[in-house]
Amino acid sequence: MAAALPAPRWLPAAAALLWACCGLAATDGIQDQAEQFFRSGHTNNWAVLVCTSRFWFNYRHVANTLSVYRSVKRLGIPDSHIVLMLADDMACNPRNPKPATVFSHKNMELNVYGDDVEVDYRSYEVTVENFLRVLTGRIPPSTPRSKRLLSDDRSNILIYMTGHGGNGFLKFQDSEEITNVELADAFEQMWQKRRYNELLFIIDTCQGASMYERFYSPNIMALASSQVGEDSLSHQPDLGIGVHLMDRYTFYVLEFLEEIHPASQTNMNDLFQVCPRSLCVSTPGHRTDLFHRDPQNVLITDFFGSVRKVEITTQTVALDPNLVGLETRVPSDEMATEPLKYAEQLPVAQIIHQMVSTHTGT
Amino acid sequence: MLLFAQFQLTVPVSVVFAKGALPGAQWRRLPFTDTQEEESLLNPKTSVTARYETTYRSATATEQAALAMATVQEADAELLPLQEDSVGALTVYVIPETSLLLPQGIGVYVGKHRSAVMRRTQGPGDVLAAISDRVRQIVQAMSFTTDSITTALSDRVPMDQLGTDTRRPFKSSLGYEITFSLLNPDPKSHDVHWDIEAAVNSYVQPFLDKLGSVANFSVDSQILYYAVLGVSPRFDKASSSFILSALSLPHVINPVEARLGSSATSLYPVLNFLLYVPERVHSPLYIQDKDGAAVGTNAFHSPRWGGIMVYNIDHPAPDKAPLPLRVDVDMVRVMEVFLAQLRLLFGISQVPLPEEFLLESPGNKGLTDWELDRLLWTRTVENIATVSTTLTSLAQLLDKIGNIVIKDDVASEVYHAVASAQTAMLELASGRLGSAFQASKEAVTSSERAFFDPSLLHLLYFPDDQKFAIYIPLFLPMAVPILLSLVKILREAKQSKKEPMKTD
Repeated sequence: MAAALPAPRWLPAAAALLWACCGLAATDGIQDQAEQFFRSGHTNNWAVLVCTSRFWFNYRHVANTLSVYRSVKRLGIPDSHIVLMLADDMACNPRNPKPATVFSHKNMELNVYGDDVEVDYRSYEVTVENFLRVLTGRIPPSTPRSKRLLSDDRSNILIYMTGHGGNGFLKFQDSEEITNVELADAFEQMWQKRRYNELLFIIDTCQGASMYERFYSPNIMALASSQVGEDSLSHQPDLGIGVHLMDRYTFYVLEFLEEIHPASQTNMNDLFQVCPRSLCVSTPGHRTDLFHRDPQNVLITDFFGSVRKVEITTQTVALDPNLVGLETRVPSDEMATEPLKYAEQLPVAQIIHQMVSTHTGT
Repeated sequence: MLLFAQFQLTVPVSVVFAKGALPGAQWRRLPFTDTQEEESLLNPKTSVTARYETTYRSATATEQAALAMATVQEADAELLPLQEDSVGALTVYVIPETSLLLPQGIGVYVGKHRSAVMRRTQGPGDVLAAISDRVRQIVQAMSFTTDSITTALSDRVPMDQLGTDTRRPFKSSLGYEITFSLLNPDPKSHDVHWDIEAAVNSYVQPFLDKLGSVANFSVDSQILYYAVLGVSPRFDKASSSFILSALSLPHVINPVEARLGSSATSLYPVLNFLLYVPERVHSPLYIQDKDGAAVGTNAFHSPRWGGIMVYNIDHPAPDKAPLPLRVDVDMVRVMEVFLAQLRLLFGISQVPLPEEFLLESPGNKGLTDWELDRLLWTRTVENIATVSTTLTSLAQLLDKIGNIVIKDDVASEVYHAVASAQTAMLELASGRLGSAFQASKEAVTSSERAFFDPSLLHLLYFPDDQKFAIYIPLFLPMAVPILLSLVKILREAKQSKKEPMKTD
């Protein structure tokens, strides 16, 4: 039924066409790279970083969270878009031999506490209820802006949680826990109100993979430091400080992130390879079935950084300055202020004068 | 279950014929009304029906006099008081082919308000049928098209069908905060002054006043010293100037944003407009686009964030002027760019129209009435869709957690939201855009308040298995001896009943 076309006749034409297309595609390839920005569809980035354990021996959890905070800030997300929740204060803990520092490498190489840490929820404010309120947006009206997650439908959100966990739960503050079902429901509530465009969930606890098992909302990618039944181990103790400084998984993630700069094109597949079993002892896991894009196309900076989409402004509005004078300005009701000066706290001259007059009086 | 899925949008149109625009036979048919509908199906559950209620009539004497004026701009100004001044209603004036009102080569003139003037199309035959296509094109340009409504309902449309235009404008919100910042990285060399208050009052405030029905706006301004861009510009020998290439632009914003500090107080989305005066050693600084060409406005903007403009200063010879050099910023040039960016960020984009359309520029107001109408149409539809999804998901939440307690004020907000949304749908169907928009805004406010009420946190409502998990370990160990002793008592009671029988 298919007519047997003479092969030599159309073959060079087709080859030429294909070659021309390839040539076009090559020049378009560079344009595609630049347009790739628009593929992810997000216009702003948020990060919610949670450390859930208190007490001095859980120093490593605070160090974990602060090192992710540091990387995220370095790659461009501003403090106004980061909700940092630390359950305990390690830097100013009375047991800290080096006050106002939190180290992540032994021999005190890297101080992740830095100079401009902005902690939004601190100490006893880090509870399951507050965490869920932040995620779902059901916050009392008196909450200040820095404590809110004001994301919209074009926000990519990074959620990082660390602490002690088990099969299906994460312990908060040694007194309560959040289950994977509650977390999945919270994400679904976020999706219903379109409070995120894409969500990256990273968890560094024992049996972390159990926390992402129950997710059912779209556009979520999840990473965990260990599978169900495995423990996540800590990295190295520092003999000077006396506690373990970091967890293994986050330590290697931090090393990986130190190589990333705002313009880098590293994708998520590289992040999945971070910390193989030989280094981490536990097996890190990830979940991408709910994510609509291929991890190969997802840049690290889509979640960890804040690379803005930019368009050149080509149009202007024609304004006529002459018309402005015709409209009368509404007189603003300003009160004429005279220069003020402080009242004299201790009118010495007056007192002396009074004393002199009373003296002379008597 | 999806509420408010069938949208009916009615546009009242008046087509006014000037003398000589219609042949005699058809002239006698006037006035009459015709209604046409166009339905488009976005997804199996959502459909949008556009109804055009067109009234054809002849021009009155005053209108005829106005259409006989010298230029079409004057005619437009004269005709304004004669139109019905309601939001969403449009008027199209048809003038004969021989009229000189419209310049050569121009078939349609779209004015600053809600009217357009079109030349009757060539050819004999039924003029009304001939012009109906052109009238439809004009009306769609001035109100809404299927594309613009699809964009508004972007939640219900699969993502790959949307263009990049959907990501640029801000979502419908009750208020916006606009911040103008002047960045002076080199105060030692430049003493920059800008009369921002006058500029805002003259150019920005009229624009915001026109948008006053859409949202609340608050404007503030600041000057930042020693704020540098995150990228060092390259020196280009050919033009002996410094260049910021298009690829480095995305990295410019972040280091500056931390210093802007504008988002401390309000919960509304913030638009930032930055005016950057480059350092003396980096002057002049030009922005290049992807193809390497210099950008005329020297400005760029970021979707849902704001815009940045680079303002170059002429430096006289070093020995002539002492440092710091006093600079008075030309606010007109700056505001022209900022207003254009503001329009884009609100989704007021240029509508692609054929060559023979002449669009009147909005002038100092920054926004024409029909552009405002376009915004209102899409915002109303977007608001109603948002209310629908919010209330649906709230209902699903309540289904899932059976023992959730709905407070009275939450319930009243929900009722109010539903009632307002129904009003909005009715007003849209009757063609009253202004009241439809107000009703939709109220509906959104109520539904958001109901959905985000702090008492609806599902953590506060214990699922049944948690209740069992708490009470069973408490009561089961206690219950065992109680039950056993109850059994013993019953057995003894039975025994004692049996005994009198036994002795016999």
